[in-house]
Amino acid sequence: MTINQPAAQPNGGPRLEIEKLTLGYGDREVVHDLDLIIAPGEVTAIVGPNACGKSTLLRSMTRLLPPRTGRVLLDGKEVHATPAKQLARRMGLLPQSPIAPEGITVGELVGRGRHPHQRVMSRWSEADDRAVTAALRATDTIELIGRTVDELSGGQRQRVWIAMALAQETEVLLLDEPTTFLDISHQVEVLDLLTDLNRSAGTTIVMVLHDLNLAARYADHLIALHDGRLHSAGRPQEVLVPELVQDVFGMRSTVIQDPISDKPLMLPIGRHHVVALDAPS
Amino acid sequence: MTLSSSYAIDAEGAADADLRKVVSARRNRDRRRRQLIAVLSALVASAYLGSLMLGSTTYGIAEVAGVVLGDGDGGAEFIVGRLRLPRASLALVVGIAFGLAGVTFQTLLRNPLASPDVIGVTEGASAAAAVAIVSFSLGGLLVSWVAVAAGVGVALTIYLLAYRRGTAAGTRLILIGIGVAAMMQSVIAWQLERATNFQLAEALRWLTGSLNGALWRDVLVVLTAVVVLGSAVLLQTRALAAAQLGDDAASALGVRIERTRLLTIVAAVGLVCIATAASGPIAFLALLSGPIAARVVGSRGSLLVPAALVGALLTLLADFAGQYAFGTRMPVGVVTGILGAPYLLYLIVRVNRVGGTL
Repeated sequence: MTINQPAAQPNGGPRLEIEKLTLGYGDREVVHDLDLIIAPGEVTAIVGPNACGKSTLLRSMTRLLPPRTGRVLLDGKEVHATPAKQLARRMGLLPQSPIAPEGITVGELVGRGRHPHQRVMSRWSEADDRAVTAALRATDTIELIGRTVDELSGGQRQRVWIAMALAQETEVLLLDEPTTFLDISHQVEVLDLLTDLNRSAGTTIVMVLHDLNLAARYADHLIALHDGRLHSAGRPQEVLVPELVQDVFGMRSTVIQDPISDKPLMLPIGRHHVVALDAPS
Repeated sequence: MTLSSSYAIDAEGAADADLRKVVSARRNRDRRRRQLIAVLSALVASAYLGSLMLGSTTYGIAEVAGVVLGDGDGGAEFIVGRLRLPRASLALVVGIAFGLAGVTFQTLLRNPLASPDVIGVTEGASAAAAVAIVSFSLGGLLVSWVAVAAGVGVALTIYLLAYRRGTAAGTRLILIGIGVAAMMQSVIAWQLERATNFQLAEALRWLTGSLNGALWRDVLVVLTAVVVLGSAVLLQTRALAAAQLGDDAASALGVRIERTRLLTIVAAVGLVCIATAASGPIAFLALLSGPIAARVVGSRGSLLVPAALVGALLTLLADFAGQYAFGTRMPVGVVTGILGAPYLLYLIVRVNRVGGTL
């Protein structure tokens, strides 16, 4: 298994590090003694089976869940000791199932992303309008501005939520399963959109993904968690190998080169429909 | 790093057109909201003025103004100055307090059923007042203090019973609250059973809510609560807007969610209990104001101020109707109860079916 963490001292870009982090709820420990470095300015995907601590890790990175032990550092400063709004101007999170208040319009929802940039009594500023416009343009949702969120399709709705996170104008954007509940074309659309954002604005993107193959295709850096521990990390070619699938998901598989992207493509091996078995390792 | 700069490759013209679209959508939203709030305020002002002028004897604006300025004649001085003015003023401030507190609970717990009069806070205050009057023969301000303390105690109990894994989940809290409310109702019923005739009149007010015999002292206490606790809630307007998106999203937007929750709930409980101590539990007022305000202003920003205005309007109108619309004089709580009960049934059916938010 590979553990190939990016260099700790990159040039420019936010430095997000996790040091000996232990997390849990009640008497259940979910993440154990985890060390991670997030590649700045790149797209990182976190993969692993259900309940392996992926979402818990994301929640802790935005100070929603305090660590039992260890720290999360953004540019050397402890995240849980950073004032909430100050942190929210640098790092955003799109949770797995955010709630849209009944009847809220797209324009108003995206505007709520400006919260960390506003004071208690301040007026709406031109910078707020510009950020909302840029976010709506980037997600191609400007035409939806007056529509209510309830009446949108699943794909449109997810683009609007991403627009809200973009209006926050952060250098780091964390996304918890941004493609769940979407059909395949909208999954690809969302991942393309996040790639655009990463390439054009240099935003560091960290997302939890369920689909190993989409994760391998779209991520520059892949992190595999198993039982709250780091299993492997590195380029998709290094990480997505049959051993990983066996260790982490307990399933036989073979990995070929994806003819479309040159990234690895995992093919599961179940009990049926296996006609040509090329001696998988 | 801003997105606006990184998307500069786009044709400038298209970006400007989009910016104008965003600005005009926001301005239209804000303008419409201001208009609707102005209409609500005008309705509240007319209802207030109406309850001073109209009744079994009708006085003109000049006479009412005379009384307010302190040079009214004897009859007007008594009817308007001693009876109607404190009564209408108490209706106004109590309505604001119930409306604001109700919508705060509903917004924070993301459920229209999570109103303090459904989850037992108001009932707790009433039950304690009934016990104080009937079993301990207390009276006056002391009863109000007991009511406030009991309401806060009940709110705390419900919160602790619903607390699990570091957070009090909405549905658990509502169900526990409904149970607590039923218990409190039976405490009130038990106290009324044992009350003497003299105590009964006093204790009945704690059952339905009434503005009979409104005192300036009560108006001042509730007004102070509205100013102090109301501002505390209003300062959290933006944090509440973020909190509506869920705890995780709000936290990611830089809201200290537990702090916001604690602060606004404490302020709302205070408002409800102090208002209950002055007028008794005006049935369903807290429950109705928020959803009516949501119907009026739609999704154009915060519902806090609109719901406070709706609360005041409902109280003024219901009290006026209670005094003059029926053959006999009915307390305001009976009128709002008649209005509110069908709505509560509708809500329960609808929330059951679609699991709606406010």
